[in-house]
Amino acid sequence: MYDIEYLHEATSVEDAVQVLARDSQARVIAGGTDLLVKNRDGKFPAAHLVSIHELHDELDGVTLADDGTVEIGPITWFHHVTTSPVIQATVPTLGDACDTPGGPQLRVSGTIGGNVCNAATSADTASTLYAYGALLDVRSVRGERTIPIEEWYAGPGKSTLAQDELLVRIRIPKDHYEGFTGHYFKYGKRRALEIATLGCCCLVKLSADKTLVDDIRLAFGVAGPTPLRALKAEEAVRGLPLAKAVEAIGALAQADTHPRDSWRASKAFRLQLIGEMSRRSLVAAARKGGATL
Amino acid sequence: MMDMRILTCTVNGKKVQVGYDPRESLLDTLRNRLHLTSVKRGCEVGECGACTVLVDGVATDTCLYLTQWAQGKDILTVEGLAAPDGTLDPVQQAFVDEFAVQCGFCIPGLIMSTEEIVRTGRTYSRDELRKLLSGHLCRCTGYQDVMNAVEKAVNWCVEHGYSDQAGARA
Repeated sequence: MYDIEYLHEATSVEDAVQVLARDSQARVIAGGTDLLVKNRDGKFPAAHLVSIHELHDELDGVTLADDGTVEIGPITWFHHVTTSPVIQATVPTLGDACDTPGGPQLRVSGTIGGNVCNAATSADTASTLYAYGALLDVRSVRGERTIPIEEWYAGPGKSTLAQDELLVRIRIPKDHYEGFTGHYFKYGKRRALEIATLGCCCLVKLSADKTLVDDIRLAFGVAGPTPLRALKAEEAVRGLPLAKAVEAIGALAQADTHPRDSWRASKAFRLQLIGEMSRRSLVAAARKGGATL
Repeated sequence: MMDMRILTCTVNGKKVQVGYDPRESLLDTLRNRLHLTSVKRGCEVGECGACTVLVDGVATDTCLYLTQWAQGKDILTVEGLAAPDGTLDPVQQAFVDEFAVQCGFCIPGLIMSTEEIVRTGRTYSRDELRKLLSGHLCRCTGYQDVMNAVEKAVNWCVEHGYSDQAGARA
């Protein structure tokens, strides 16, 4: 039995945002795999919940817009992101990242939107969505606005989403993914049911002869209080021969991130992971793009 | 305090109506109101897989699934597997044949995930099966015989066209 004082099963997005506007204590529940665990642990007791679990028509599934933008409904299960033909054809690295949280049962309850809204630095989709420069469309009774993922994270477990707002769409425009190949690397002590000690996503666009780094995006989870991009490291290897970039990327990424000590891992170990995972992720991403390394 | 609500759904092939408290998980409702005690209360945080049942054919942790969400759904637990004359279903039989059970607590969940796998009608490598079952923990660490049983069940079901039958029953 959960500590729930009020539970409303929303019948539409409009209905959900109306209730969120009326009740300042109300929070959104989608898959429940984070929220119910926290509730059971005594966090936010006597919860007021607006469930969007059944809003499949409005909030579920992945589509490709005419202009090539990938549009992901926030209550799409991790598993359905992974198996979506649109995802596999456009942003396959996001599909790979969605195959890593928890175990198979969690991935058919947990949603990609919930992963974003919980705003944990360790969220498996965070670094990949960051690398792809996702746009987050949110709605309230006051209207709709778009928050770029760079402006989404406000601190550990905190986002700039207001209490009365609902995430209604995750978008990845075509120029954010076209020509890139990528790799998501999750480091944990087990291969299942594990929270990332460190997560790293590298997207790379190679020159036509596959020897130069034309463009790169390098994003991390658990390398700071929020997911982040190593912008200085990216800038330093952009235009370099691939082999040089692979050699340099680890130290550059270490200098551009801010991991800390926690019970899961020390800062020193996380820095070692950042160096090693950056290099390996760049190599894997470049190989998928046709490079011989 | 919230009023009781009524859940209408299908459980093990039968239409069911049952009152529930909106604070309940499907695990609570299946065990405490419908007395389906094959559904085990384990970690209650979605890590051990002991409470796994099929919801509309999908292996789901019921500890993190509000009963509210089961409205209109088709739910299958281990109690719904054996034939009316007591003949075990092929997955259950494979677990018996391979001595895949030690204390038994994790087994109903493992069987339901295996039921999901055999309904796909294809075979899998050992590594694929390990990943498909990675949402289950066995404290006895009896994984080897479980893997043997799962592999046997999956191969048997493919050879005998079992997924089509299961589909026809559902």
